[in-house]
Amino acid sequence: MNILEADSEKLLTAVRDLLAAKGLVSSAEISERIAITDAANPGQGARMVAKAWTDSAYRALMLADGAKAAEELGIPMRGAPPLGVLENTAEVHNLVVCTLCSCYPRAVLGYPPFWFKSAAYRARGVRDPRGLLTEWGTVLPAGVKIRVVDSTADYRWMVLPARPAGTEGWSEAQLAAIVREGDMIGVTIPVVPAH
Amino acid sequence: MPDFAAGARVRVRNDWPETRGPVHIRTPHYLRGLQGTVVRQLGVYPNPEDLAFTRPAASHALYHVAFDQPAVWQEGHAGDELLVEIYQHWLEPA
Repeated sequence: MNILEADSEKLLTAVRDLLAAKGLVSSAEISERIAITDAANPGQGARMVAKAWTDSAYRALMLADGAKAAEELGIPMRGAPPLGVLENTAEVHNLVVCTLCSCYPRAVLGYPPFWFKSAAYRARGVRDPRGLLTEWGTVLPAGVKIRVVDSTADYRWMVLPARPAGTEGWSEAQLAAIVREGDMIGVTIPVVPAH
Repeated sequence: MPDFAAGARVRVRNDWPETRGPVHIRTPHYLRGLQGTVVRQLGVYPNPEDLAFTRPAASHALYHVAFDQPAVWQEGHAGDELLVEIYQHWLEPA
């Protein structure tokens, strides 16, 4: 039987049973991991961003150790790769890409969007980041340099976007609600919805 | 193999192991042979080139290395940069 053609449910059951039989990992642990993976979504990263915008000590922790900062908000990071956080400032805008495959901070952003894995995004992210941002409708102030972070190895990277003007006095929950997946990859920047 | 300090100028080895057999390499093609600057060390990790084939894997330092983005492609916007994770065994002093 070719493993690539195997029915995925049957394959999962077989691997799960083998791992349990060898005492490597229990069926319950696998179920827990599947639940954690399925539960991860961009809202988790958005909560981290919103807290960093309102709490300077948390922001410092997040920039120093993204995984610790995630765990502080109850986001499960056990077994996840180290998480680095890249801060957008008045001088630099960060854009995350994985040219080799689809490395992505799944623990805090969930499954990568389909375009993140596309050959076009991966090639253009490193070669023509300004053209790519233009097509996303992202306009950077003159003088801001772009730092393209090619996620190639053991780290995973997320962007801490700059807090947009017009959000003064907002609660963490209000702030988290405007932070989108693309803002934390760097293809977009947060916008304040018009009222 | 020397440790590289932040600010050290390095060159990515111009080596193409994929021409010699099956490999799993985390060093992008487009940077082979090019010079960059070490930003910081990111820790020490078992070599994924061996892990991928379930061989015993020695640990290597992993660095964040910055490259002048327009210089890589001979086009682009002055000042833009690429920041890439590269293992020590792929770097040599420039």
